[in-house]
Amino acid sequence: MAELPSRREETLGGYIVHGVPFPVDTDPDSLAFLKRMAPILIEQEYKITYLHSYGQDSPWFAGLANKHLLASRDPESGYTYANPRGHDMFSGAETEWIDITDRPAKVHAFTVCHFGSEEFLPECPFVLALIEIEGVNTLLLTRLMGVDPYQASLDWIGMKVRPYFLRNSKFKPTDVYFSPS
Amino acid sequence: MRPVYAISGGVSKFAKARPDKTFQAVIKEAYDYAIADIGLDFESFTRIVDGSVASYFSDHFARQLMAGIMAHDYLGLCPKPSHRVEGGGATGGICFQEAWKNIASGHMDVCVAYGFEIMSHVETWKGNEFIALASDVSFDYPVGGFYSGYYAMMVTRHMKEFGTTPEQLAHVSVKNYINAFHNPYAQKSQRITIQDVRSAPMVAWPLTRLDICVMSDGAAVAILASEEGLKKLEAAGAKIARPLVEVTGIGRGTDAMRMADRPHVDYDAFMCDYATEQEKSSDETRAYYKKLWAHGTRYPGVHSFRAGRTAGNMAWKHAGIEDPLHELSFVELHDAYTSSEIQTYEDLGLCRYGEGGPFAASGKAFMPGLDYGLKLPEKPVCPVNPSGGLIACGHPVGATGLMQAVFAIWQLQGSIQKHFRDDRLQVKNAKRGAIHSHAGTGTYVTVSVLECEG
Repeated sequence: MAELPSRREETLGGYIVHGVPFPVDTDPDSLAFLKRMAPILIEQEYKITYLHSYGQDSPWFAGLANKHLLASRDPESGYTYANPRGHDMFSGAETEWIDITDRPAKVHAFTVCHFGSEEFLPECPFVLALIEIEGVNTLLLTRLMGVDPYQASLDWIGMKVRPYFLRNSKFKPTDVYFSPS
Repeated sequence: MRPVYAISGGVSKFAKARPDKTFQAVIKEAYDYAIADIGLDFESFTRIVDGSVASYFSDHFARQLMAGIMAHDYLGLCPKPSHRVEGGGATGGICFQEAWKNIASGHMDVCVAYGFEIMSHVETWKGNEFIALASDVSFDYPVGGFYSGYYAMMVTRHMKEFGTTPEQLAHVSVKNYINAFHNPYAQKSQRITIQDVRSAPMVAWPLTRLDICVMSDGAAVAILASEEGLKKLEAAGAKIARPLVEVTGIGRGTDAMRMADRPHVDYDAFMCDYATEQEKSSDETRAYYKKLWAHGTRYPGVHSFRAGRTAGNMAWKHAGIEDPLHELSFVELHDAYTSSEIQTYEDLGLCRYGEGGPFAASGKAFMPGLDYGLKLPEKPVCPVNPSGGLIACGHPVGATGLMQAVFAIWQLQGSIQKHFRDDRLQVKNAKRGAIHSHAGTGTYVTVSVLECEG
């Protein structure tokens, strides 16, 4: 028999209260008693929508939307970044775009997230992976699909994978993900 | 640069939540303790102190910008100079070093470094989201922003590359929890076993809940002074412990925000730019690293922190340390994860890269005289996190690096019994210790060396 929860889940919210116990008289004894008062806790909501610009990295997202995985390359040294970088960290020169969609790729490191940040909790368990792509000097952080998150194994490291693209782009780095090839 | 002395400190008890006080009042607990420990009253100290440095990580947690000045104000320090520093998990370590600079440069004679974090105002998973915003919000966060996940990827690579095991990681947790059992400032007070660690809920494979530090509310304060500052304080009646604790070395390193962007350098570049002097001078160690590279190891990759190695090498050089394992009495390091403690053993040169797992299980980093319920093959050499570290003490981010400084001051003053009301965590004859503060996936790392004068 599955283990049953012994406690109810704690949540915020509830009745709106317009009043709090307070001494009727503010004589010295009553005021001194306030030192023993429990703290008042209130809910403060903070919600904001940013208009986030991808700036010089925008073509990378446009590439994903069109099923192409782009990378940035230093035109002189050929040093190549899987996540785009407008300028090379060694030469300081402006990088050029290259297409790496069809290059061989394999898993460099991974984890299975059984918990996560609030935004991603509904997706747990999910697999995060760093991918090595042939001829690319840096790794690519991505989601790994097509593996059983309950059977995590170090054997996944080195596994050959290939990129897949969402048909309906969200203009996020998760528009591309990898699965075993 | 002038000599800088770390003369006193205070720590609020770290707790899951401190709704009883605002952050300013929590800081004042630690501040008042530090002042009282040198025998001064608030007003006498206020007249002498030249200024402060404020440490807190996230404006999101408090939903308050410029919280630093609110603390400075509450402590009665206006209009003296102050500034806030921020560098993720290393904020406290950076704060300590900025206070050091204020004194070493001659800008101040007495400087207060204070740090805090109030993380309980949001629920745990929202807190994880805030922390994950300290990863690239264009490329890292949206993929599944979760720091435990980032560190777990480092672990799987470390395991694959070097054969490190989850049980070796668990040794770190057992050590730090059992150390903290004797530390009244620690958030967690429980004795655990390797089995407890491995059977705890899985968070990010292979890291379980007991491999990972917890979120906390808390504050810590360290007071630094020059020789002139000491004279002023003692003229006002301060009783400053002898031998003095001097800050003899500081180092700081950095790395790319996206850990995927870290380089993978070859053997020659590693030996030239990153190897410790001890590693460079050993034929056996050079051969060991050659063999690692022949098997495909590249540096730092995602298994190591070149920021930590850079900070350590810089601090060791500054303090004249060649063999940190044998020349340090203890290390308080940033164990946000059991795995990062193991990675940091290697970065700091307590062992070689790749040997952190066996080192963790060897017993060398344990406290002598404590019963860990483990069969450890070797005797303690250099206790690491005698306080219990972040894993058991908690990690109120802006306070953490300063908590380490305070515990280091007390170790070197030989005053653990006085402050903990228990001397089991006192490192006997402690002469020199290091504190290590670490941010992000290894983006900012500080190492500071404190030692008894003379």
